[in-house]
Amino acid sequence: MTNLNNNAAALDVNAPQEASPELQNWRDTTLAASLTRMPTRKENFDTLSGLPIKDLYTADDVDSSAVIGLPGEYPYTRGVHPTMFRARPWTIRQVAGFGTAEDTNGRYKYLLDHGETGLSTDFDLPTLLGYDSDHPIGMPEIGKIGVAVDTVDDVRLLMADIPLDKVSTSYTINASAFVLIGMYEVVAKDQGVTAMQITGTCQNDILKEYTAQNEYIYPPAPAVRLVVDTMEYAAKMMPRYNAISVSGYHIREAGSTAVQELAFTLGAAHCYVTEAVKRGLSADFVAPRVSFFWDIHNDFFEEICKLRAARRLWARMMKEWVGAKDPKSWMMRAHSQTAGVSLTAQQPDNNVARVAIQALAAVLGGTQSLHTNSKDEAFQIPSEGAIKIAVRTQQILELENRVADVVDPLAGSYYVENLTNRLEAEAEDLLRKVLDRGGMVQSIEDGWIQQQIADASSAYQRALEAQTEYMVGVNIHVDEESKLPFDPFVLDPTVGERQINRLQSIRKSRGQAEFSAALKEIKEAAVGQQNVMPAVVRAIRAQATVGEICDVLRGVYGGYRAPTVY
Amino acid sequence: MHQPSTEFIYKERVMMSRPLRVVVAKPGLDGHDRGAKIIARAFRDAGMEVIYTGIFQTVDMIVRTVLEEDADVLGLSILSGAHLHFGEEICKALREQATREVLVVMGGIVPAPDIIKLKEFGVAEVFGPGTHTTAIVDYVKDWYQAQ
Repeated sequence: MTNLNNNAAALDVNAPQEASPELQNWRDTTLAASLTRMPTRKENFDTLSGLPIKDLYTADDVDSSAVIGLPGEYPYTRGVHPTMFRARPWTIRQVAGFGTAEDTNGRYKYLLDHGETGLSTDFDLPTLLGYDSDHPIGMPEIGKIGVAVDTVDDVRLLMADIPLDKVSTSYTINASAFVLIGMYEVVAKDQGVTAMQITGTCQNDILKEYTAQNEYIYPPAPAVRLVVDTMEYAAKMMPRYNAISVSGYHIREAGSTAVQELAFTLGAAHCYVTEAVKRGLSADFVAPRVSFFWDIHNDFFEEICKLRAARRLWARMMKEWVGAKDPKSWMMRAHSQTAGVSLTAQQPDNNVARVAIQALAAVLGGTQSLHTNSKDEAFQIPSEGAIKIAVRTQQILELENRVADVVDPLAGSYYVENLTNRLEAEAEDLLRKVLDRGGMVQSIEDGWIQQQIADASSAYQRALEAQTEYMVGVNIHVDEESKLPFDPFVLDPTVGERQINRLQSIRKSRGQAEFSAALKEIKEAAVGQQNVMPAVVRAIRAQATVGEICDVLRGVYGGYRAPTVY
Repeated sequence: MHQPSTEFIYKERVMMSRPLRVVVAKPGLDGHDRGAKIIARAFRDAGMEVIYTGIFQTVDMIVRTVLEEDADVLGLSILSGAHLHFGEEICKALREQATREVLVVMGGIVPAPDIIKLKEFGVAEVFGPGTHTTAIVDYVKDWYQAQ
């Protein structure tokens, strides 16, 4: 990796700092006297990710070689826009999806009526994994954790009455994302939206499926190929559409530390961009539309610093490592979601407080859009009442607390700048380790990344059980009454039947000749190492199903059995 | 005649017999395996022999693994909401095919009314979020001791 300029050496943040005479004097007198009277609560303090933290940070702790810069300028530590939330507040984007397309469309209208400003879709497991609703493995899961989509007709119903030139929509789908991106394009264009007007995002980050969320179909290498196909296709056909949202969220939810979340996410993004470059595309053709998705966990300062560090490291990677020239390629635009894993099923009202504080961290960290979890989201599809509190939490932050009125207000804090520097340096070290051992795909295939995450997850669980980490209401301040106080969300029991009926009637009525020709074209493109997207879109227009399209590529790429690491 | 203590009988049994064999399985399409991996590690650390199936397991695959591995315990982890379907099908298949009792336990997000149904199907216990791993390990050991 000769093109990797090593800036980490300049940021030797772990080197012991020489205390100034004034500080040393304070330690010897004022502090020492206080500690004699009242010792600290514990000997060592650290961040949620285990980075040791000191009692006090001063100017001595801020490495002067780390560039903080100004907002809207390289290296974007202080945010990607010069005005940040003074010109336009972050987008309130709550993810939603359950049942059939009509059910979820109803939820979207509820959310928009309550002041949500962008949409986000969760799909059910059969859709995520490229199976039709009437496939035996998928039937028990139809509509349970997201909306069921089989054909483009479902997407049309999902987006009914929603102007796709005005409301940006994000799709949380990965292994079969290439099909849903095509369906979204078809529906938007049928609505009369022009290519330049289509906005929105697809998660489409397959690498973190192998390391964290486990919703994959094909082996990693061809799956990355498919991602690059979509990036190339979207850049040509709908240039304002973000074909990918590289996600740390799931890595963190799987139990990683903040440093691992940073390293493995930026590693994935680097992999997609460099694969596109290998294909002959310029980095500046694809990188401006690479977006990101972060988990906002409980350690308030660490999460703020994580977003700042992520922006600076990505800017440096794109400019110095990859050689991108367009400032848009250096800018990390990101969605954030409060940490689902921090929610507790016990005493669920406490989740409102957790979410509010995490949301504040996301805003102070400079996120572009935000999902605040509903208090009942730890155990079910959120109820409307709980979702409303979550949306209102964001509106209170924006309209009452005045936290959106100054750009990057915590910059210059000794602790914040020190922790930003350390997170960046630690993440860069770990990312270089991955690249040195053969890159992301190699480190996924041999299970190395999964092992790192499993170790961190297990260490946190042990700490909870040893009560060196706390979850209020779970391992401390526990209520005697252990029954979970909630009414379960009940999915309409006719969902499966309704979905399968629609699917089977489409299979009967569609034109078979065009359908078969389009599927054949997908296969030929895949075998010939050409971009499969034009053929996929043709098949979508011929009402091919998600399962049928994914099956064609199963025939070419095969399935995948991941190493089981725990 | 001197009566050995219950504790002695237990220790002798454990020492003379093979370790407990536990299959940890993820049925269906749900990929959320943080809990499954944590509990697999906890069983292993408690000296049990653990077979973790990985994800995307059908009912047939899970039952076959339990029988082929001669497992004493089957731990199912489900967070997708499909727990009733898989709980019922797997317990039914084990009743039909297993030659001796297999303890079936489940972990995941399961509403209280569904726990009652799962116990009727034959799931011995359902462990919800926040359960101490040692509580699950102890439950399994106590069951084995009572056999």
